[in-house]
Amino acid sequence: MPSKTEVGTQEPVVRLKDVSKEFPGVLAVDGVDLDILPGEVHVVAGENGAGKSTLMKLLSQVERPSRGTVEISGDPVEYHGPGHAQHLGVAMVYQEFALAPDLSVAENLYLGREPGRFGFVNRGKEMEEAGSLLRRVGLNVRPGSLVAGLTVAEMQRVEIAKALAIDAKVVIMDEPTATLAEKEIEDLFGVINALTDDGIAILYISHRLDEIFRIADRVTVMRDGKIVDTLPVSELDEDKLVRLMVGREISNLYPKPEVEIGDVLLRVKGVSRGEKLRDCTFEVRTGEVLGFAGLVGAGRTELARAVFGADRVDGGSVELEGRTLKIKKPQDAIEAGIGYLTEDRKGEGLALQLGVDQNITLANLPMTRGLISLKEEGEIARRRRDQLNIRTPSIRRRVQVLSGGNQQKVVVARWLETEARVLFFDEPARGIDVGAKAEMFGLIGDLAKEGRGVVVISSYLPELLNMCDRILVMREGEVAGVIGREEFSEERVIALATGTEEAA
Amino acid sequence: MTEGTANGTARGNALRERLSDFVSQLAAAGALIVVFAFLSFASPDFLTADNLFNIGSQTAVVAVIAVGMTLVIITAGIDLSVGSVAALAGVMGALLMSSYGLPMPLAALGGTLVGAACGLTNGLLVSVAGLNPFIATLGMLSVARGIVYIATDAQSVFGLPDSFRLLGQGVVAGGIPIPVVIILVVAIAGYVVLSRTKLGRYAYAMGSNLEAARLSGIPIRRYLTSVYVISGALAGFGGMIAASRVASGQPNYGIGLELDVIAAAVIGGASLFGGQGTVVGTLIGAFLIALIRNGAVLLNVNTFYQQVIIGVIIWIAVFWDQYRRRKLASASE
Ligand SMILES: Nc1ncnc2c1ncn2[C@@H]1O[C@H](COP(=O)(O)OP(=O)(O)OP(=O)(O)O)[C@@H](O)[C@H]1O
Ligand SMILES: [Mg+2]
Repeated sequence: MPSKTEVGTQEPVVRLKDVSKEFPGVLAVDGVDLDILPGEVHVVAGENGAGKSTLMKLLSQVERPSRGTVEISGDPVEYHGPGHAQHLGVAMVYQEFALAPDLSVAENLYLGREPGRFGFVNRGKEMEEAGSLLRRVGLNVRPGSLVAGLTVAEMQRVEIAKALAIDAKVVIMDEPTATLAEKEIEDLFGVINALTDDGIAILYISHRLDEIFRIADRVTVMRDGKIVDTLPVSELDEDKLVRLMVGREISNLYPKPEVEIGDVLLRVKGVSRGEKLRDCTFEVRTGEVLGFAGLVGAGRTELARAVFGADRVDGGSVELEGRTLKIKKPQDAIEAGIGYLTEDRKGEGLALQLGVDQNITLANLPMTRGLISLKEEGEIARRRRDQLNIRTPSIRRRVQVLSGGNQQKVVVARWLETEARVLFFDEPARGIDVGAKAEMFGLIGDLAKEGRGVVVISSYLPELLNMCDRILVMREGEVAGVIGREEFSEERVIALATGTEEAA
Repeated sequence: MTEGTANGTARGNALRERLSDFVSQLAAAGALIVVFAFLSFASPDFLTADNLFNIGSQTAVVAVIAVGMTLVIITAGIDLSVGSVAALAGVMGALLMSSYGLPMPLAALGGTLVGAACGLTNGLLVSVAGLNPFIATLGMLSVARGIVYIATDAQSVFGLPDSFRLLGQGVVAGGIPIPVVIILVVAIAGYVVLSRTKLGRYAYAMGSNLEAARLSGIPIRRYLTSVYVISGALAGFGGMIAASRVASGQPNYGIGLELDVIAAAVIGGASLFGGQGTVVGTLIGAFLIALIRNGAVLLNVNTFYQQVIIGVIIWIAVFWDQYRRRKLASASE
């Protein structure tokens, strides 16, 4: 893609000079100098815990820099909190949680800045302006509809419209595609292009290399809080980018060991749940990695949750090693030897106020004589930290302050501790860096090698095509078909997922 | 920060984490020390063995019940019924002795069980019927008080054996009041439960993220119910101590007691949003309140001012705590 901005000829909208941020025990951002130009898409890449999100928070004044200056449109700015940053034209696109669900879209867009006088809101004006903002971000909902009824992608669009409403010069997006489907990602890129055409700069964090090369004008790579380099995307290729990020070569992103596939381990028959799941049947063998593919909403997560007992089912049976299980709640599944790694780690995975160690042992506490063995707990946590390379200054640190990718690893560590025979990984690679992805897939391979069965749910097809022995494709709550490795192709999966090919 | 160096400093960091847990209680502890020092100077009657033991005995009821309350608050719940339940237990225990002639230990056990039964009801309403803890226990506040009045016709229960005084007024080992010993025992038990048992760990986990706890295979209903049973039992036991102190079962006892109990927990760093709270903090909170009450009496301060002072201390303690937390862990990502 040709660069839209003439690097070097424009005044930067944002200039960071020698900015640092220290947290207890961590120098999260270390002496960073960075210019952001109007109208560019500037990607910030780097490993988990490199300091990307923290850097964005310094700019949006969610955090106060420990050192250094931030200039916006050429003027140094004082720290006065997020409201001040917005006032100066820096907007952050959060995900759904920054919107008030019980207010309408229009009310959310103008929250705190309602048009009107004397404390009265001029509703007509609000609706009209909201309508035009929504058109600009290509969102097809009525300004009067409640935010609670929107999809995640739509809420994100409302967030972007909110940035336009404050006349933002810089819009920050921290892993915006993590919860979007492929089609929604395309639409988002369209909106981003429209914004940059208007001269708005986009700061974009992502771990997905394909995305970076599609939309970036320039890429800044961070490692250990420092900037390694800032380059126009034209001077980069995947290998070079990975090397800059992790400081070494990653020969194989999808290490898949040769594993002898054995007997049927898990057999799921006729699982149904209302409209969401209809008569789903599948099996997982020892040593096998089974993929769940399908469009967002096809019921992949629902199927995993149903087997795991997280949701009630209308009917169906689950057999593990030939025994029929009675699973009414997750506890039953875990005791039988089934684990499920949730896709939404913050909402459903982590006890944020507890420590890394306590989160790791949550599903399987080490007990001696009726009491928790703190010594053993510490050993377990340290072992998993080293194995999964979880970056934390201490195993007792609350998981709340870990970077997103490291939080993900903590949840994985918890499930490894349960010694489950069958593990469901729901979007395991979401939010983790390339190095960690390779490690995660290596781990999945190892689990299979140990004779466990692994189910991987992913929206990113290359992951499934490379890692799995078979892929089960879902469509509208039904199993549309199962493809064996020798017949793998992106086209076949998509055809089954969209219903343009009937199951053989 | 590389993992290589991380290992070397891991011990130091773990120590620092622990220290920061401790510092969180420092605000309340500091306040306790300041008030203590001030009263030592301001009143000659304060720093006497008699007075100190007296404070200890007076604190017992609030402290014992507050340990249970801490557990409930950690799960992001609340137990508003403790005052009524304490009264019900005290009255029932007294009736067991006066009308049925049960010996003191059995009656004390009976009162505690009455409290546990109330707690069980609370727990089932919360965990099975899915009522909000505030509502469930607000109902129990009214129901338990009603039963007290029905059972006693709003009359005090007298005619209790002398041995009953032991619980709230007795001493052991050369003058240490039994209530003080009770505080110690309950506190140590509470500490062990919170830091070393499944119940304690799961309480923190449920309060921090209920869904994550459920998906980790924790039997939510059972543990949530247990927490309210414990709170009810301790409220019942506290009610027996209170009855012993006045040697009678008082139907009007404990109106508003829940406020002191919740205040003790909150001053001690328990968060009403769940996931946070310690026994040590709660004890500090309970003693701080007791000291202020005691000091006000010794210094002849109008008792109405006590209320004002305690309210202000709640504000300061919670504000300081939140401020510190925000600094330590401004929501990441
Ligand atoms: N509020 C905080 N308190 C203490 N440490 C923090 C806090 N916020 C972040 N950190 C630490 O700062 C470092 C950088 O974190 P940051 O979230 O910026 O990483 P990131 O590059 O966004 O990683 P990811 O790709 O995993 O999201 C991490 O080691 C993290 O644990
Ligand atoms: Mg991040």
